[in-house]
Amino acid sequence: MKRDSFLEQLMWLGAAILLALLLTVIVTLPTGASPFETIFVLFKGGLGSVSKIGRVLAGWVPLTLCAVGLLIPFTARLWNIGVEGQVIMGAIFATAALRPFGDGGGAFEIALALGAAMVGGALWALLAGMLRVFGRVHEIFSGLGLNFVALGVTLWLIFGPWKRPGVASMSGTEPIDISLWLPRLGKMSVSWVSLALTVVALLVIYILMYRTEWGLKLRAVGENSKAATLFSLGPRRRLLQAFMICGALAGLAGAIQVLGVYHRLLPAISSNYGYTALLVGMMASFRLPLVPFICLFFAILNVGSIQLPLQLGLDSSLSGVIQGVMVLSVFIVSGLRLWLKQRKEAD
Amino acid sequence: METFGLTIAAILLAGAPLVLATLGETLTEKAGIINLSLDGSILLSAMAAFAVSVMFDNPWIGVMAGMAVGASIAGVLGLIGIYLGQSQLAIGFILTLLSRDLAYFLGHSYSRQPGPDLGLWKIPGIGEVPLVGPIFASQSPVVYMGIAAIFGCWWWMYRTEGGMRLRAVGESPRAAFGRGIRVRLVRLYYCLAGGALVGLAGAAYSLAVKPGWGRPQGCEGAGWIALAIVIFGGWHPVRTALGAFFFAALQVSGIHLQEVFPSIPAPVFQVAPFPMMILTLLAVNMGRVGWVQDMVRRNPILKKLSGTWSIEAPAALGQDFDPKKGL
Repeated sequence: MKRDSFLEQLMWLGAAILLALLLTVIVTLPTGASPFETIFVLFKGGLGSVSKIGRVLAGWVPLTLCAVGLLIPFTARLWNIGVEGQVIMGAIFATAALRPFGDGGGAFEIALALGAAMVGGALWALLAGMLRVFGRVHEIFSGLGLNFVALGVTLWLIFGPWKRPGVASMSGTEPIDISLWLPRLGKMSVSWVSLALTVVALLVIYILMYRTEWGLKLRAVGENSKAATLFSLGPRRRLLQAFMICGALAGLAGAIQVLGVYHRLLPAISSNYGYTALLVGMMASFRLPLVPFICLFFAILNVGSIQLPLQLGLDSSLSGVIQGVMVLSVFIVSGLRLWLKQRKEAD
Repeated sequence: METFGLTIAAILLAGAPLVLATLGETLTEKAGIINLSLDGSILLSAMAAFAVSVMFDNPWIGVMAGMAVGASIAGVLGLIGIYLGQSQLAIGFILTLLSRDLAYFLGHSYSRQPGPDLGLWKIPGIGEVPLVGPIFASQSPVVYMGIAAIFGCWWWMYRTEGGMRLRAVGESPRAAFGRGIRVRLVRLYYCLAGGALVGLAGAAYSLAVKPGWGRPQGCEGAGWIALAIVIFGGWHPVRTALGAFFFAALQVSGIHLQEVFPSIPAPVFQVAPFPMMILTLLAVNMGRVGWVQDMVRRNPILKKLSGTWSIEAPAALGQDFDPKKGL
């Protein structure tokens, strides 16, 4: 099969974006708001000032960590829908690690919390993986169920053992000491530590997937699990490892949410990044080099949508609608491409 | 006796939307298509049903709108998944997120508004009958719809020619194609029919079980539980319905548990069905694991029981069928 030229690929991408735009305009029509004004407000809300760009980057970090992590189980044809719960577990483990240092600490305590979060995320992912490998529970259901369980654990902690003195409310636990916050990048609300960690994660995963034998063997497991068993590539062990690496990255994202963004444990600590990361992965067709850019675009939409209720009286979930419509358009266009190709071959 | 009857009535009401959604998914999956969009579909159709009811001041038009929305979402899945050959799991998952956000976005102005609901159907004269009285003397119409759907689906699947075709395209699409059945079209029809039932489930939530619209509506997560119940029920309409009522019973008892354990914060009970979902799936699937099967083979009593426990998915579930590639 001949590969399409670069120009042709670009053309199809353009078609997908046009379709997404058209569908977005159609779904916004019932609200009566002008579609162009809405899109303008969205982008101005996401890119209008330095502080907004800082918030976009703060959203880019956890989204990219989750999306890059998802690439690994997906290579083995596994759907880790449990990322959301793994982010939450990371946040819980990070908060737990910091609780003994209520009066403050330094780099060591922060590193400890980040490490604990990665362990927490990896363990939660391992649970989903073990249910899949040893209990034959499809990872979509185990992952999803564990997301809700993780949320339940957070709620129990916030309203129970970790409740703030006096009042227990949805606003979360007592804030962590300021000395434990991740250092900010200038005046922006994003930390250079979390940005650096994300870039490192991107590089490490790239090397792991495309430059090591482990990555090669994982791909083999994904392509044909039966053959992988015959060639003693240990598919079970590898699948569990894939889950755990993804979970560790998601856990790291959770820790960054606690140490760098909210400075406390909240019920909404994961901000749906796990689910959005799945959309990113599908839109990128799980090609690693595309992931950081799609994450950036989605992060702009997320930050920009906060302006919608304030300026236009619309619900901020429009950003999610646009993200979903875009991914759907990519699938529709690639399906149409396939269909056209088959017709050509039939003629 | 009175309270027992009322508890049963509450379980029937809580279970009705779950029954409708699981039956819809059973129909779709019997045809070989996985519709993963249930959770979002239920939410969007719940919103649409409520919004349209408010607009026309008539809940029954809302019910129809909910069904239309559910069928449309399933139609999108069907067209992209069946005719454009894209991954049904991926499309379903995208649709579930998209519909959820769309529900919150479009339903924004209907949030926390008063609106009509389906009310209760009062059957005169049976109020004094023990047990039956408290259950059915004054019950929501969605309960009757759910019960009718159970028998309707069972009868259609196992007692009609249409049902035979449905099972044929899900079990062995090539053979069905060879007998002149238009496999893809039949699959699309059952996608739409199943989606309409899922939409009805959404309408049942916003017009009867948890009347009204808001964020959260209270039916979040129900779609995922419904998807798991379909596996639990082994793709058989009566067993899936029993599974749905079993889960509803757990939910209703969860409310009582809250009174027993007041130290546990209330929100924790909302997530209680999900560990139950994992455990039931684990129990159902363990029957197919090697060492469990060995144990069953050695034990004559278990062997007898395993016959009733064996669960098989439609053989072609989630697989593409392209008639051009021939037999």
